[in-house]
Amino acid sequence: MLKRTLLATAALGLGLAFAGAASAQDALKACWVYVGPIGDGGWTFQHDQGRLDVIKAFGDKVDASTYQENVPEGADAERVLTQMALGGCKIIFTTSFGYMDPTNAVAAKFPDVKFEHATGYKRDSANVSTYNARFYEGRAVTGTIAGRMTKSNKIGYIGSFPIPEVIQGINASFIHAKKVNPNVTMSVVWAYTWFDPAKEADAAKALIEQGVDVILQHTDSTAPLAEAAKTPGVIGFGQASDMAEYKPSPRVSAIIDNWGPYYVERVGALLDGTYEQKDTWAGIGGGEVKIGDITEAVPAEVKAEAEALAASIGDGSYHPFTGPLNKQDGSAWLAEGEKADDGTLAGMNFYVEGIEGDIPQ
Amino acid sequence: MFGAINPAVLIASLMVASVPIMLAALGELVVEKSGVLNLGVEGMMIIGAICGFITAVTTGSPLLGFAGGAAGGAALALIFAVLTQSLLANQVATGLALTLFGLGLSSLMGQGYNGIKPPLTAAVPFGPLRDIPGLGRILFSHDWVVYFSILIIAATWYVLKYTRTGLIIRAVGENHDAAHALGYKVNRIRLACILFGGAMAGMGGAYISLIRVPQWTDGITAGAGWIALAIVVFASWKPWRVLIGAYLFGGITVLQLNLQAAGSSIPVEYLSMSPYLITILVLVIMSSGKGRTLNAPAALGQNFHATR
Repeated sequence: MLKRTLLATAALGLGLAFAGAASAQDALKACWVYVGPIGDGGWTFQHDQGRLDVIKAFGDKVDASTYQENVPEGADAERVLTQMALGGCKIIFTTSFGYMDPTNAVAAKFPDVKFEHATGYKRDSANVSTYNARFYEGRAVTGTIAGRMTKSNKIGYIGSFPIPEVIQGINASFIHAKKVNPNVTMSVVWAYTWFDPAKEADAAKALIEQGVDVILQHTDSTAPLAEAAKTPGVIGFGQASDMAEYKPSPRVSAIIDNWGPYYVERVGALLDGTYEQKDTWAGIGGGEVKIGDITEAVPAEVKAEAEALAASIGDGSYHPFTGPLNKQDGSAWLAEGEKADDGTLAGMNFYVEGIEGDIPQ
Repeated sequence: MFGAINPAVLIASLMVASVPIMLAALGELVVEKSGVLNLGVEGMMIIGAICGFITAVTTGSPLLGFAGGAAGGAALALIFAVLTQSLLANQVATGLALTLFGLGLSSLMGQGYNGIKPPLTAAVPFGPLRDIPGLGRILFSHDWVVYFSILIIAATWYVLKYTRTGLIIRAVGENHDAAHALGYKVNRIRLACILFGGAMAGMGGAYISLIRVPQWTDGITAGAGWIALAIVVFASWKPWRVLIGAYLFGGITVLQLNLQAAGSSIPVEYLSMSPYLITILVLVIMSSGKGRTLNAPAALGQNFHATR
């Protein structure tokens, strides 16, 4: 009997604790949906930094305190989005590719709520905008450093899923590594996950055992860098976030996703009434992609070369996919001086000439 | 077809990759031998991972870190034990809840521990033995936990098979009413087994956060606890088969990544699913065939309440 009373009291106490959460006042409510934990130190962490920038920029005028971590891509996302829209969110940022269909489905039901979907391409209703970053521009820079730094002439790339965004990264890295070091070869390992530290560490280990001494990663955790740190002479790059704790080596530079300015711009536009549906794909020039500090483990002339490349991409004078370039099977893709168009890039499903292996279909 | 893979290096890295699932599976084996089904292995592992990480970072000693991991796992197991042994809650539901609770709690405890590097655990110094070609890399290049995991398998096998303690544990797991009639304290024996299982799972988790990945991130165990549960069935509740199962699973996981890195011509999709495919395949083979039973403890998953 005593036991039962005790349990009932405990349950009641819990219920009260949850009911106590206060609701916000008249501020514009902006909400975020995350695919991973904020503590991933990479992709989701950077989106959350962007959310914090919004709080910093608008203070009391915007309530940006609502977010949901670890939302699975699929039907669960639809539930979360509906909940948020019903809960008074006026603008909702959905930060992973797999939220594309749920975002569009929920957006059709809530025409007064603005939806912003990261890395997607579907804008079925007038209230859906999409935004993405040209990560491949950063890959060109890290590829250059990789080509210069490798002593075994073997570069490893840990891929997540064979989708265009990742393939762009592989191609951009390889083209620019090859440009500065014609003997370079690249091994690609597909991890089939965005976030699984143990598996990412194992993938890095397998690459190192195959003689790879520069590791590029397209997965979200810092595990490949931690693995690289165990073997002297192996270097890698921060992915999505700076991953500065592995400076100066193995982390010699990083590709940083910088979402803050975009979030501040969009929320600001909604506040002053200038908000319009759009599709944004900015890169180094727009400030969405940043190159992390290049450490002293990299020789000065390589650092200068990489920085010059980043600058020329930033001011638009150079495009990372500029001809002559052939596809893997040897057929012509871009002629001398020709630049890849965004449509081809957004649907990229082939390796460039020189990369071995097949893309899983 | 297989590219250039050095077998010695491969075996050495599969031994390392298998340690977490091996420790967790061994702990669960003892728990199930005593007739308790604890599905919360994943939760206990991740609590062990964060407790071990916090202890190691605070004290600067990886050894204490493993002790902390074991204590954390056992503490979570204690919750399970209280709920199922004294409050007689359903074991399956409680175990699943334990996993969800562990994942959430570890994330809360881990706030502020992202991006910190734990103190490193060095390999056991074997001196010149390490330089024996091939064999040295396989046998003498590991940290102490790898050797510990094999020793504890041997110890568990010995205790379960040849000692009175082992006999009592098995009796409780096979027929708790009979064991009770003989005067054994069924729930207390089960409590001890559950705590042992939690400690082993916690150590396995700590191995991930302290040695295999060395860092803390949310959800770091990424399903290893479920694999450990499968390995117990795979091993048909026999300690040495746990070792084989863990090495097989760990080995195929490492092999498929190595094959990819070495540029094998086998399509990636097949390689990626191979560890799971082979686990299922072996389970099917083991549970079919004449005269072969799965060897599950008869009282597995049944709560015991002394009515007489």
